[in-house]
Amino acid sequence: MSKPRSLYAPAGFLSREESEAIARRALASAKADETRVIVSSGARANTRFADNQVSTSGDNYDATITVRSVFGKRVANASTNKLDDASLAALVATSEALARLAPEDPELMPELGPQTYAARPDPAQRETPTPEQRAAAVRAVTEPARAAGLVSTGYMQSNVGSFAIANNKGLFAYARGASAAMSTTVRTPDGTGSGWAGSAHEEWKDLNAATLGARAIDKAVRSRNPVAVEPGRYTVILEPTAVANLVQLIVGSLNARSADEGRSFFSKPGGGTKIGTKVVDERVTIVSDPMDPEGRGGLFTGEGLPTQRIVWVENGVIKNLQYDRFWAQKQGVSPTAGSNVLRMSGGDSSVEQMIASTERGILVTRLWYIRGVDPRTILFTGLTRDGTFLVENGRITKAIKNFRWNESPIFMLNNIEAMGKPMRVNSSEGGEGGGAVIVPPIKARDFNFTSLSDAV
Amino acid sequence: MTTRRDFVKTLSAITVGGTLIGDPFANLVGQPRKPRVGDPLFRELAMVALDAARGAGAQYADVRISNRQSQGISTRERRVQGLQSSETFGFGVRALVDGAWGFAASSRLTRDEVATVSRAAVSQARANKAAQLRPHQLAPATSVGDVEWSSPARIDPFTVSIDDKVGLLLAANEEALKAGGRFVTSNMQFVKDEKTLATTDGSFIVQTFIRSQPSMTVTAVKDGDFQTRDSTEIQPMGRGYEHVLDGKLVETAPMWASEAVQKLSAKPVEVGRYDLVLHPSHLMLTIHESIGHPTELDRAMGYEANFAGTSFIAPPADFLGKFRYGPDFMNVQGDRSQEGSLAQCGWDDEGVKPDDFLIVKNGIFNDYQTTREQALWLDWWYKRNGEPTRSHGCSFAESWSDVQFQRMPNVSLMPGEQDLTWDDLVAATDRGIGIKGRGSFSIDQQRYNAQFGGQVFYEIRGGKIVGMLKDVAYQMRTPEFWNAMDMIGGKRDYQLGGTFNDGKGQPSQSNAVSHGCPTTRHKQINVINTGRSQ
Repeated sequence: MSKPRSLYAPAGFLSREESEAIARRALASAKADETRVIVSSGARANTRFADNQVSTSGDNYDATITVRSVFGKRVANASTNKLDDASLAALVATSEALARLAPEDPELMPELGPQTYAARPDPAQRETPTPEQRAAAVRAVTEPARAAGLVSTGYMQSNVGSFAIANNKGLFAYARGASAAMSTTVRTPDGTGSGWAGSAHEEWKDLNAATLGARAIDKAVRSRNPVAVEPGRYTVILEPTAVANLVQLIVGSLNARSADEGRSFFSKPGGGTKIGTKVVDERVTIVSDPMDPEGRGGLFTGEGLPTQRIVWVENGVIKNLQYDRFWAQKQGVSPTAGSNVLRMSGGDSSVEQMIASTERGILVTRLWYIRGVDPRTILFTGLTRDGTFLVENGRITKAIKNFRWNESPIFMLNNIEAMGKPMRVNSSEGGEGGGAVIVPPIKARDFNFTSLSDAV
Repeated sequence: MTTRRDFVKTLSAITVGGTLIGDPFANLVGQPRKPRVGDPLFRELAMVALDAARGAGAQYADVRISNRQSQGISTRERRVQGLQSSETFGFGVRALVDGAWGFAASSRLTRDEVATVSRAAVSQARANKAAQLRPHQLAPATSVGDVEWSSPARIDPFTVSIDDKVGLLLAANEEALKAGGRFVTSNMQFVKDEKTLATTDGSFIVQTFIRSQPSMTVTAVKDGDFQTRDSTEIQPMGRGYEHVLDGKLVETAPMWASEAVQKLSAKPVEVGRYDLVLHPSHLMLTIHESIGHPTELDRAMGYEANFAGTSFIAPPADFLGKFRYGPDFMNVQGDRSQEGSLAQCGWDDEGVKPDDFLIVKNGIFNDYQTTREQALWLDWWYKRNGEPTRSHGCSFAESWSDVQFQRMPNVSLMPGEQDLTWDDLVAATDRGIGIKGRGSFSIDQQRYNAQFGGQVFYEIRGGKIVGMLKDVAYQMRTPEFWNAMDMIGGKRDYQLGGTFNDGKGQPSQSNAVSHGCPTTRHKQINVINTGRSQ
């Protein structure tokens, strides 16, 4: 490649030394009792395609500093992306002025002193992919799609960046990151078939556009001319992306305080929480581990706490809820410093075996527009999308129309028939990747499909 | 270990990349220098970008410079949970080169960086040519010259003291607690975006957007049950702090608290078909999801298939002038002109003055939301109607770092001719449910099948509200739902609601948009009980 690898000079993220220098400049002018500074930076590159060609693309660079000031029990935050001396001084002054005006926060926790963090090599990727590299990845999908008489759409992004935290108690932490994600939706020109495939990775080099394109093309062709099947309770075979769509909802409901205050599924009737209670099938274990081999989690939280391996569910039993530092202290437990990695246990069944063992059921590619309906049961609603099939007598017999469902992941995980090998998926609705989510495909009984959708 | 000397070295490395253009915002957070069309710094920055793009071969380019401030205050019961102030300043350059788009952006405001980024947008467009089959083209637009516009804010929220804001929220929380709320959260969000747009067509546009959103949620708890009530009557607006004061949080908090308590003993709804009387505070979201989104032309043409989805209103030739969206009295307007609405602007993000246009005219689907590129796709339709092929002015980008694309203008259901209100529609209903406020919502990727909850549900019998219901949601199919509308409120009943955060695009961008409507009635809609669908 003769062109410069990066659009931006200097590099697309701040180094440890640069981040620390900026943080120290801000801390030097701080007058508050406690000051915390967060410096984040990064370059983002993306390319979109539609109708078998590039539609838009973008490269950008930004660096942001956030200052948190504390006077006694009064606290406030301010942030800017202007990093010159005058702007930093003004930022600190603003944060401190806001903090002085803030009423006392009785739940305020003191800043942490120096911490020890796990050591881990930084990602090899230091630069975002060039527009040429991205256009080549687009062609790896659009050309086979066009050759097959189909219409492809999709998105890819790859970021490099840094995150640093420092305070006036001597804490400093820095981490560098990289990510890559891609998804594609291929449709038939008559609009009756649609297939999706997506993936998320640690680095751009791990992304294989051609494989994703082939999977989406296959699904698009097989999903054309769907027929209506009566809504109701069905055995479902959920591909890993659909499992992730559901299991993530549990993690979003793990707040310990809500549970203690009686406004969560994890509240125990009569008081207390469901920690120690079996809530799902005993084959289910859900863990967040920053050192997971398939997903690089953050090594520290936004307060600078070292992240730990947290077991949320073990053999079906709730082992932990999310305790922030204040609530942990009040309840006499340790705060849960979880990372943005989520891994669920699996089994030894393949999707093919799940299909072969199913007399009548529905195979689901992914779920969409998932919104909470009732937090008392973690009940959510949403739809199936981009590849929904009827399974009869051990094989896929037809493409079917999409369903709206009303279901709780808790109920689904109580109805497990079989699980497969966990794999990392791209499970954010926007296709931007996000934290690593590693889940298995699942076959479950009695999934609640409540109405039909004509949407393809 | 890093030494003091290294700090100084790296520090200078950050600032010596080019000559600093200088920080035009002298006193940045509290009182930034307001950009004006006559400000030489902004003009210079814009010209560096456009000259570099043209010099590198762009046939069209635009540059957006934006300084966006946000402030958030959140409280819980008797304490402040968060006070946040943030700002982001940068620029983005979009270039059209031989029919391909490129976009690059940076927060490093130096002359060298502006020129480098602008050339990068051009070379990115050239790279994209390799995966391009047909050229992107723009409908004609003329220079609007040097112009300015500002949101109709009487009180700039960034000039109001934090003390006043916190005091108001805590006073409102106290009232809610006194009236039976167990938990109360309340918030204020403010945005001020000072945006400069310059195009190679010769437009130089400076606009200041101000948005304000006060809100509250009251939770009541009893015997293992909990119910919440959001303050959905108070909608976000493109106005200043006067909108917060007009919202009367302190005065209304007891009503929200008492309704949260009432919901605890409300009767669970019996599933079945009901006539629904939908208040504007509820209906705005249904309009947004089932009319706003499916009439975005990029969705209809498949451009958003990978995330937001496509549209059931496609292909355009099968629907324009033919598809019956609803009854004859149904008229839906797209605009960016309603005073104080969230999508209001002087010019859009490619320099077009938006017009008011009818998306649904006398019940028939009439037009899509468009940008300059998209207007050409409907050339045949506009020619047939003897109308000019022009963009409706729906181009928008959330931030300097994002490329602009088609975003929703205000999409509003126009009031009916008769002077009817919520009370009249309730009085005319024999067996139904009245719904106020927005609740849980979900709709499919082509905008057919939707499920909506609400905040409060009233049982209507014999023309009267006889009590409260809970766990109500209705499931609907868009064409049947709007064609089942048989009554509509009049001008006096019309209200503007909206949302700060409508997501679309990849990477996802947020858009603020308003929806106006009166109360409507819809016959025999399917209602489910969300407390029992377990």
